[in-house]
Amino acid sequence: MNNSTSRWNAFLVPVIAVVLGILFGAVLMLLMGYDPILGYNLIFQGIFGSEYFLGETLRAVTPLIFAGLAVAFAFRTGLFNIGVEGQFIIGQLAAAWVGMSWDLPPGLHALAAVMVAMISSGLYAGFAGWLKARLGVHEVITTIMLNYIALFSANYIIRNFLKGQGERTADILPSASLTSEFLRTMFDGARVNWGLIIALILALVVWFLLWKTTRGYELRAVGFNPHASEYAGMNVKQNIILSMVISGMLAGAGGAADTLGVYGYMNISAGFTGIGFDGIAVALIGTNHPFGVILGALLFGGLSFGADNMQRVEGIPTESIRIVISMIIYFVAASAIVQSVLGYLRRRREVQAK
Amino acid sequence: MPAVVEMLGITKRFAGFTANDHINLVVEKGEIHALLGENGAGKSTLMNILFGLYQPDEGQIKIREKAVKITDPNMANDLGIGMVHQHFMLVEPFTVTENIVLGVEPTKGLKIDIAQAERKVSELSERYGLKVDPRARIKDISVGMQQRVEILKTLYRGAEILIFDEPTAVLTPQEIKELMEIMQNLVREGKTIIFITHKLKEIMAICDRVTIIRRGKYIDTVSINETNVDDLAAKMVGRHVSFTVEKTPPQPKGPVLEIRDLIVEGNRGVDALRGLSLEVKAGEILGVAGIEGNGQSELIEAITGLRKTKTGSIKLNGSEIQNQPPRKITERGVGHIPEDRHKRGLVLDYSIGENMVLQTYYKSPFAKTGVLQRNAIFEYARKLIKQFDVRTPSEDTPARALSGGNQQKGIIAREVDRNPDLLIAAQPTRGLDVGAIEFIHKKLVEQRDAGKAVLLLSLELDEILNVSDRIAVIYEGRIVGIVNPEETDHDQLGLMMAGGAKS
Repeated sequence: MNNSTSRWNAFLVPVIAVVLGILFGAVLMLLMGYDPILGYNLIFQGIFGSEYFLGETLRAVTPLIFAGLAVAFAFRTGLFNIGVEGQFIIGQLAAAWVGMSWDLPPGLHALAAVMVAMISSGLYAGFAGWLKARLGVHEVITTIMLNYIALFSANYIIRNFLKGQGERTADILPSASLTSEFLRTMFDGARVNWGLIIALILALVVWFLLWKTTRGYELRAVGFNPHASEYAGMNVKQNIILSMVISGMLAGAGGAADTLGVYGYMNISAGFTGIGFDGIAVALIGTNHPFGVILGALLFGGLSFGADNMQRVEGIPTESIRIVISMIIYFVAASAIVQSVLGYLRRRREVQAK
Repeated sequence: MPAVVEMLGITKRFAGFTANDHINLVVEKGEIHALLGENGAGKSTLMNILFGLYQPDEGQIKIREKAVKITDPNMANDLGIGMVHQHFMLVEPFTVTENIVLGVEPTKGLKIDIAQAERKVSELSERYGLKVDPRARIKDISVGMQQRVEILKTLYRGAEILIFDEPTAVLTPQEIKELMEIMQNLVREGKTIIFITHKLKEIMAICDRVTIIRRGKYIDTVSINETNVDDLAAKMVGRHVSFTVEKTPPQPKGPVLEIRDLIVEGNRGVDALRGLSLEVKAGEILGVAGIEGNGQSELIEAITGLRKTKTGSIKLNGSEIQNQPPRKITERGVGHIPEDRHKRGLVLDYSIGENMVLQTYYKSPFAKTGVLQRNAIFEYARKLIKQFDVRTPSEDTPARALSGGNQQKGIIAREVDRNPDLLIAAQPTRGLDVGAIEFIHKKLVEQRDAGKAVLLLSLELDEILNVSDRIAVIYEGRIVGIVNPEETDHDQLGLMMAGGAKS
């Protein structure tokens, strides 16, 4: 085996998983008494049917890219960040606070709000990293707990310090907004915003950082083999903390984009948004590669958003698409199955070639 | 004697290379037949074919003179073929008996009839002199006994032909002796053994015949009476191999490493080094001999900064380095071939090229302002791969995919090329074949001749005696004596290593 075939497989496995998942969904719709071709057609229409639909799909995809990047970054450095949900909330809150209470010129204000959100979430996630590096507490446990702390602390802070009209913060000032007239008109009034551009830039940054810099070399080495990294003179603990900080920053940027780009305020929320958890799925489909994450988010966000159209028009339950997504994740996770299908096809081709 | 196993013209190709190229292996009933070859010669592939894990592309297999097609391990079992794996496949919290019957449990109603199983295990154990307690838990017994459980597993399933896959790699010398007796017992009781190894002495000691393969090709099958160690080594490697390390007398100069009264705590909270003092001079190889667990690992970790010291000093070229971070110590001129290459020496998921710069990735020309220079790294890696004869398809191949010997050559290339004043080599040849061992010993001597200090730690007395210029014996965390390799032998060293006074 060499690296080029393994890279090719890394690309092929998710593609085949998607095909298998969609086929599985078709069978499911048939069993439920619906026409799968009509169903998938409606999903397609729900995504590409109009500029507005396409723009709203991209709006739904944006937070998934951030969350997927956060999870994938941690994965690549040997950590499982289940706390993206909480870090996302911290980002939303910090952005809302800066957006409504600071006074800065347009553009700069938005930038400051995103920065503060990233730093806040980075520190928040870094705390879990510190607990792991110093005390050996597993990050899965701490980040899950920190999700709840983030959710309820945010609600408390909004209610007592940042409250606007209703169960939410005051509106952010226009100078902090990430909405884009250009994108809005292009997509016929959809709420797609600069957040999407930030997400794409961050994907590029993550790729560069992980594979092109000495820091990325260290972070990945520590993830693969902390003993060899220590032997080679790398600071293992520092790298664990840094990895969580960066992962948290990516999640925080997502929260900021949500507040500043889509809603303009933050709600008091009874439960989690689910975006952080969807990020785990997106990272898995994208094989934890930043560019894969973009594709994974497009697929995940597209199917979820398009499914609404399917339900609206034909009454096919959106849950069936959640099952399709679950099956895709299952096929990616159980890549051994897909690999064996691939191996079988390859062998057959070789036999035929003879 | 009739042949029980005949593998004729076996060919197995994997994408891009041929692992087995028309290999013949004919094993007669009741013999111990060695399968000899370097790491990566194709021994495991051949045995996996016999055991039904791979299908051959060409060739024929006959068992007891009947042509068979072995499609899976269960079928191999039915044919009476059993495999004692190098890496044990045991359930740690289960007892010996539970492990042995796993998959073929005798039942009484709905319950497993453990009592009956235990009786049968005891019976088998006694018959072949295996000395295994059927009720002991796997996690509580020694490695040697775990291996005997693996042997029992195959016997319990009625194996007549036993494949031993490098069984001695994990054993102590005493355990090896016991294993050899067991193998002889097995043969006496009518079993047939295929013994996979690259240790020539073991073959000469116990086998009847030996089949040699080299780089996937069949070389020869010879009877032990008609061959010797040199002949076997030459057939295995394809050229003459020298077992004695050729070197000129050392020309030691000033001390490079000076250790004084070092006290270091071990993993269990007890002091592993108890006032150890040691000196290594420029231009000499100092060998440290000792039984495993007398403080060797802690000594290396203390020197390289991987473990904190309590008291005492470690000086490199006159300045103290104890409790400094590993990177500082590396940069000051310490190279280190670690004892566990998979744990410390390599990031297995990185390419071999990336592994070549594990300590130097942040320096020019490998990095510029924090950005990796891939071309410079891979160019450097190609140079080392060529210079140190690391056999790899390319510098982009994951380190995991290389054979043990080539992984080790990669590490040695990296450590030696940094040109350190002190080179620490810990068990540098463990698990390697004679060709690789010869190469590594030559490199250590070259470093010495270039005026570097070399600290060699090994559990193999032959290696210590052959390579070292001076030998320090470590016992319970102290150096209990320094001897000259020309004036000592196994017996004296053995006595000192066991805590007996220097005679």
